[in-house]
Amino acid sequence: MNLNEAPIEKNNPFIEEVIKVSNVNIQACYQCQKCSAGCPVVFAMDIMPNQIVRQIQYGRREKVLTSKTIWICASCHTCSVRCPNDIDIAKVMDSLRHLALKSGLKAGEGEIPVFHSVFLDSIKASGRIHELSLILRFKLKTRDFLKDAALGWEMFRRGKIKILPQSFTGGRDIKEIFRAYEKGRGI
Amino acid sequence: MKDVTYYPGCSLHGTAREYDESFRGVSELLGVNLHELEDWTCCGSTSAHCTDEALAVALPVRNLTIAAKYDREMVIPCVACYSRFKAAAEEAKEHPEYLLSPYEGKVSLRYALDFFCDKPIIEDIKSKKIKPLSGLKVACYYGCLAVRPPKLTGVKLYENPDHMDRLMELLGAEAVDWSYKTDCCGASLVMTRTDIVTSLSQKILAMAMEAGADCIVTGCTMCHANLDTRQAGLTAEGEKREMPVFYFTELMGLSMGHKDVKKWLSRHVTDPIKLLSNKILI
Repeated sequence: MNLNEAPIEKNNPFIEEVIKVSNVNIQACYQCQKCSAGCPVVFAMDIMPNQIVRQIQYGRREKVLTSKTIWICASCHTCSVRCPNDIDIAKVMDSLRHLALKSGLKAGEGEIPVFHSVFLDSIKASGRIHELSLILRFKLKTRDFLKDAALGWEMFRRGKIKILPQSFTGGRDIKEIFRAYEKGRGI
Repeated sequence: MKDVTYYPGCSLHGTAREYDESFRGVSELLGVNLHELEDWTCCGSTSAHCTDEALAVALPVRNLTIAAKYDREMVIPCVACYSRFKAAAEEAKEHPEYLLSPYEGKVSLRYALDFFCDKPIIEDIKSKKIKPLSGLKVACYYGCLAVRPPKLTGVKLYENPDHMDRLMELLGAEAVDWSYKTDCCGASLVMTRTDIVTSLSQKILAMAMEAGADCIVTGCTMCHANLDTRQAGLTAEGEKREMPVFYFTELMGLSMGHKDVKKWLSRHVTDPIKLLSNKILI
């Protein structure tokens, strides 16, 4: 343990916030580290899943919500399935991402939340994901136009990339769903 | 004839086109009449559940509300969509406030692999004259969401599933034992952290090779895309290697003699036809 870190918050509103949003009893964790042992992407994380749980118990909101970990988590559910205390860690990770987006704090992995927002914009615009439009919209944000360009061509040649989006008639429902979401977010 | 509602999802109308084509083809051969859900929209996928709990429920439920008009099960080949639908149907009961109008329908949701492993369908396949996939060693790759979380999927052997293995053996292939059946490929991180996906995918491919498999079989669009397209630099014992990746429906179609198999397979980035020619299966 790093003794130079901020002391444990006695009054810990963060853990209450996480439990309220996720409805998961993270206080049941006894640090067996099974979640981190089975996590396939732990090598790319800055804070291991078991440490995320501990940091929440310590009340370190900013450290957790700005971590790479919450965005690197691929939602594979291995941790949740193997936890001996039935802590749904994958669900906690979802809740942490939601809190991070609402917090306005800078994300530890910049491109991943940008991708999600571009993805949702695509649904809002056309109901279904048109992959070519999605990729172009995302590339406009990242400015990395060459990445996977050769692969894109290979896939196009094989008839996997459709040039035009499909017609779409469910626009009113989708608009209402997104209006409710944006209102809830104060957007 | 059995009638079911069919939710294809966005990938099956794009990069996973051969999954859509082979699923439709096999369904037809098995007397399953597919009714594509009219006016369907995206399930929200990873991006919705990573962003907002209400959005992740409202987007699938919009489709469930349409499906509830019919007294049919809804079959979903994309396991990522399937997982979102199952989760949303549960959440909708607990959180009606996430929805614009309450969802009361009880649409029975089936993942295409589970659906084809049902007893009546298996009996139907057994009664058909099939061309056995003799000599083909397959590594059945289930990925994450076909088995996890088990409280949603209902899969009992979620750490070491075997239903796809048994289906492949019924078709005459040899399903190898291996340890990476349910390991994650990194899924949608491919767009942002391609390095992670390449590393996970190549590990899975290497493990399938080590187990003696000729190819991988899957029922997940993300797994297929990642394993099929991220093979550059893959080596075994110092030699450049590649490994074809099939949708399970393609191999069903091959053994049942569907006329369009070559068209489906021509869409893969890693060529599967060479392997099947070598095994005299095509």
